Amino acid sequence: MKSYLRLVWVFLRVGVLNEIQYRVNFFVQILQTLIALATGLVVLSLVFEYADSLNGWSQPELLVVMGVHFLIGGVVKMFIQPNMMRLMDEIGQGTLDYTLTKPENAQLLVSVRELQFWQIVDVLTGLVVLGWGLVSLQASMTAVNMASFLLMLFLGITLMYSFWLMIATVTFWVIRVGNIVLIWQSLYQAGRWPVSIYPGWLQLVLTFLVPVAFAVTIPAETFTGRSSLGLMGFAVGLTAVLFFIANRVWRWGLSNYSGASA
Amino acid sequence: MSPITNTPSRWQEIKVLLDFYPNRMKYAAIIKAQYRLSAFLWLIGLAIEPVIYLVVWTTVAKERGGVIGGYTAGGFAAYYIVWTIVRVMGIGLNPWVFEWRVRQGQWSPLILRPMHPIHDDFALLLGDKVMDIVWLIPVVSILINAFKPDLNPTWWQGLAFVVACLLGFIARTVWMWVLGLITFWTVRVAAIFDLYFAVELLLSGRVVPLDLLPTWARDMANWLPYQWTFGFPIEVMIGRLSPTVTLQGIGIQLSWIVVGWIIMQWLWRRGVRRYSAVGA
Repeated sequence: MKSYLRLVWVFLRVGVLNEIQYRVNFFVQILQTLIALATGLVVLSLVFEYADSLNGWSQPELLVVMGVHFLIGGVVKMFIQPNMMRLMDEIGQGTLDYTLTKPENAQLLVSVRELQFWQIVDVLTGLVVLGWGLVSLQASMTAVNMASFLLMLFLGITLMYSFWLMIATVTFWVIRVGNIVLIWQSLYQAGRWPVSIYPGWLQLVLTFLVPVAFAVTIPAETFTGRSSLGLMGFAVGLTAVLFFIANRVWRWGLSNYSGASA
Repeated sequence: MSPITNTPSRWQEIKVLLDFYPNRMKYAAIIKAQYRLSAFLWLIGLAIEPVIYLVVWTTVAKERGGVIGGYTAGGFAAYYIVWTIVRVMGIGLNPWVFEWRVRQGQWSPLILRPMHPIHDDFALLLGDKVMDIVWLIPVVSILINAFKPDLNPTWWQGLAFVVACLLGFIARTVWMWVLGLITFWTVRVAAIFDLYFAVELLLSGRVVPLDLLPTWARDMANWLPYQWTFGFPIEVMIGRLSPTVTLQGIGIQLSWIVVGWIIMQWLWRRGVRRYSAVGA
């Protein structure tokens, strides 16, 4: 375990050092984030021009949803997506061999090699929006609430990772899955709003197929104090199960991998 | 003095184009037809976006007793289902292609052709759309069944919709070219494109029907090209516009195409002169 952590740390440092060479990217990222934030806020204020609440969610509560959405989206685009995209590329081209021959856990290696550091802007923006939501809610955070919120965030990120690993692993059988990434992006956009507003079939998709509900809505519900202990327990269980399944699927896919020369 | 190369007359040029378009379109359609799964997945991904807006605005309308800005739940459903068609039909060139063309020296072979390269882009995109229409049928049927739109266009509205859609696509592609040609002068254009698309998102009728915008924003939208490539065809189809307003709109679309075309040609001539391929 300790050597794993050290490995992750080294990769992280190299990733950051690599990326901070490209300072212009930082400004481009800031601009993109600002545009996304402004668009989100404009739409939110338009919605509340017409209504006082959206399916029981007030404006500050929807700010919290937006904050979590930015935060988790930033983490996915910073760590998870780039690694999984590279994995899919390498499976398609057969160059995954170079990684597999290394004397370390392959799942760990393929999950930490890439880092889009400037996505940190999204993460920070998410935190600011969350803070803003908290202030406008005029609620005080208890330590228990905060701890369970952090736990839900952690579970959400783990769920997203497991989901992406499974999708990337599909490449072992079907080479062209580029458009699945597109579907993920659109479905993740659905998480900008609490999933309870969607029709039943879409809620099911957003809960079990692409775990947007557990990654965004449930952390936001925990933050605003509307989630129950049972739901949180379910989130723990679901995350553990999906993480385990992702690991199995990965190993199964790996046994199907024929490499570059075959 | 007799010219050494035979400069084609206007009529010959048109004849060449009339021959070129169907063939090039067929080529694009055949290629597109090969990647069925990939195309279908792409469409599903695309259809999620209008569903999100549809659900949000229907929920808002419910809070207000069912109607906002003249849209009922069925009206919103009609708007966002037609949205899907217009979105697919309106896809032009993504401006990042221009960045790629400049960086990789891809302009070189295109410039050597006797025909303006925009024709090649038009033909390929139109060919794609022939296949896209086929994939759209199941997607739109599912949406119609799921959301029960209030949609009964008359024959002239259907016809005007096809025209408005096509003109919208042409206008958008021409303006994408104007935007894309900036890459001849500066390669880092991501920021410009991002801003352009952010404004498009809000003022074209994509996120929200224009009638729900505050008056000042609607006034602004009237003076920008965006709504004429997006919101206008939708509103024609769902029957919110009178015949006169529809004709006026088509006129405005044509003017945006003409203005864009003139700017595009001007930039193109200057850009090509500036252009030196990588390694040249």
